[in-house]
Amino acid sequence: MTLLRVLAVGAQALVEDLGRPGLLAQGVPTSGALDGDSLRIANRILGNPVGAAGIEVLLGGLILRPDRSVVVAVAGAPCPVSINSAPAAFGEAVAVPAGAELRLAAPPSGLRSYLAVRGGIDVPPVLGSRSTDTSSGIGPAPLRPGDVLAVGPAPQEQIGFAPILPPPGGAVQVRAGLGPRHDLLTSAAHALLGGEQWRVASQADRIGVRLEGPRLELTHSGELPSAPIIAGAIQVPPSGQPIVFLADHPTTGGYPIVACVQPADLAALAQARPGESVRITLRANAI
Amino acid sequence: MRLRPYGDRGLLVELPSRAQRRALLAALGDRAGLEVVSGEQTVLALTADAVARRNLADALGDLDLTHAPPPEATGEHRIPTRYDGPDLHAVAQSWGCSPDAVADRHAQIEWLVEFVGFTAGFGYLVTDHELPSMPRRDSPRSRVPAGSVALAAHYCGVYPRSTPGGWQLIGRTDVVLFDPLRRRPALLRAGDRVRFEPVR
Repeated sequence: MTLLRVLAVGAQALVEDLGRPGLLAQGVPTSGALDGDSLRIANRILGNPVGAAGIEVLLGGLILRPDRSVVVAVAGAPCPVSINSAPAAFGEAVAVPAGAELRLAAPPSGLRSYLAVRGGIDVPPVLGSRSTDTSSGIGPAPLRPGDVLAVGPAPQEQIGFAPILPPPGGAVQVRAGLGPRHDLLTSAAHALLGGEQWRVASQADRIGVRLEGPRLELTHSGELPSAPIIAGAIQVPPSGQPIVFLADHPTTGGYPIVACVQPADLAALAQARPGESVRITLRANAI
Repeated sequence: MRLRPYGDRGLLVELPSRAQRRALLAALGDRAGLEVVSGEQTVLALTADAVARRNLADALGDLDLTHAPPPEATGEHRIPTRYDGPDLHAVAQSWGCSPDAVADRHAQIEWLVEFVGFTAGFGYLVTDHELPSMPRRDSPRSRVPAGSVALAAHYCGVYPRSTPGGWQLIGRTDVVLFDPLRRRPALLRAGDRVRFEPVR
């Protein structure tokens, strides 16, 4: 069995796969890679099953040393990759010799890079997933220097290639369906939510992204009876500054949910840095 | 019953009647391709896609929610509890009775799981019995012991693990409310019945 030793961790490094859906009624969010598309790409490059566990690296800073040679690929936020200080390719299968230092430096754009290893990160699954849920503590603990991770057996599939398109510049564009409580938006708030360029606030993590902009007024102030929350839900708390819930969201909450970002657009939101612009296109949502 | 869209495949059913919500949960059951999540006065049905959602919305119109679900549709749990919580005396004072009387009243009631939320395995328990409401603590604790039995407003809850908490702690149980290794990790499920049993 091949082992990866963690030598250093930057802001955060977490083992993530595609999460554990289907447990909301037990108070457990789906969790999983915030930018699932990028984890899939990294896995596809290596011939792994797309849901193989990798490492979600926030703003670089991760240094690993394998005890035997491994093949890795990095996707997501385009961080500089090096092996024993020599530059290595981002977005391609790269061989890391036994005992070499694999380093992911801070990306110039985006937030989260995904390091996949051929064979996958092999930690014990919890509730069917190897994902770290930062809000409940379910799954592996966040990585720390000194941790040792096992690598799973190599898959049958060959190493391949998957193009990584750089994200379009400008504001992050997300589409959101109205509801369930869009009836609580004043017409002014409705116009602002869909018309304004919002900014990602510094309070942004795997639980949710707070957006800064004009205050959204609702026709009802205060809490409602607690209602279920799903990933992508846009909640308006008393501050009038909306929060978009992400993979580690609480499963119920008392403040109104006025719209829900489409699942396909959550990955882009998960890569938006504090201060960057977000534009929400609101869509009617008929049953 | 009021239906609201939630994302591209969610249907949020607003049903203020507790009895009707229980009937709806029993009717939805454990259907394949459907994930059901209860809220305080709502039930969320997550379907496969927009078409399935439309079909479910149509089917709900035909449902008879006036009959209570059969007992086998819901679980029943006994929670042995030591009534020695740090806020037991505060609750007794608020209720105008002795701490023992608080424990007796609490244990005599059949509690019902209204919904699960806040953290994995945390059930919000309610009762049809008359119980004085209890406000949250003025200052929440940064760490509530796992297994703490607590009250706030008209709810009772048991903290599955040590988390911050602002509810009034009246006792403690060794029952494991959430075990990731169990087939169904969360012990409590919306609609289940719960009884607390005083132990020394």
